[in-house]
Amino acid sequence: MTDFFAMGGYAAFVWPSYALAALVLLGLLIASLKGLREAEATVKALESVRPARRRAQSAAKRSAAQPETDSAPDLPGKASEG
Amino acid sequence: MHRFANPARFLRLSTLLLPWSAGATVVLLIVGLYLSLFGSPPDYQQGDTVRIMYIHVPAAWMSLFVYTNMAAAAAAGLVWKHPLADLFAKAAAPIGAGFTLVCLVTGSLWGAPMWGTWWVWDARLTSVLILFFLYLGYMALVNAFDDPQRGTRAGNVLLLVGIVNVPIIKFSVDWWNTLHQPSSVIKMGGPSIDSSMLIPLLVMAGAFTSYFIAVVILRLRTEIAHRKIQTLRFSVAGDGATG
Repeated sequence: MTDFFAMGGYAAFVWPSYALAALVLLGLLIASLKGLREAEATVKALESVRPARRRAQSAAKRSAAQPETDSAPDLPGKASEG
Repeated sequence: MHRFANPARFLRLSTLLLPWSAGATVVLLIVGLYLSLFGSPPDYQQGDTVRIMYIHVPAAWMSLFVYTNMAAAAAAGLVWKHPLADLFAKAAAPIGAGFTLVCLVTGSLWGAPMWGTWWVWDARLTSVLILFFLYLGYMALVNAFDDPQRGTRAGNVLLLVGIVNVPIIKFSVDWWNTLHQPSSVIKMGGPSIDSSMLIPLLVMAGAFTSYFIAVVILRLRTEIAHRKIQTLRFSVAGDGATG
């Protein structure tokens, strides 16, 4: 086992090579997963602000298609924050 | 190709592809690491430093493979205004840069004991260093614009100009005198490397490729989400202005 770790005297060159590859590949993977999670959270947060208006829009479209039942739905969806 | 231009279709395809590529990466990495550290013999001249090859050479292949794919995507993005093509290049760039960095540093770690020097300014090493800077330059350029569309367009042009470097890297060992050895795997007349070393090399290359596929899918999904965030922000801001 010590023989194996000694790498025929080249341990100082072989192991850092493998370690660097592991570091770069793992680092990229973790950063990519984190970025994806953050982006998806932002999409969800923004969509929770939005759907009120989208519903209102499609309702408006529907009432335009089959005109006037009674009062048009009022538009909520006022975004108080960006 | 245009069938994949639709982000919704891509997302469905990627959901299918992601577990397979992630699983393949894990399996191939385990087999590849076993073969390259235990299952292959030391070189008769280079001793155990030859084990650096199983990282160095696949990383070098990937650095060229990823760049070539990015340049092809850049062409598709410029010609057909293919929205996913732009995003692909942007998503792949950090992975390609990572592989290039691994290639350069492991090359140095291999060169120090075998050549007696960490670095020489010869054709192969210098052209790979330029490739690394092309990756970094692309990443900086794409993010340097307020309008992401303009950023990707500028980046695409850089990628297409930089493609001349790819054949230069490939043939640098044949065209110029260099410390770097010529190709022993991808060459006329078949590989001149023994199968006990060729197999671990190919398995590691397979692992790196499936790793790239898995991570580029993750990053592409992130880019698509960012585009969505942009349009959502825009429309929320529009609500605030008109509503």
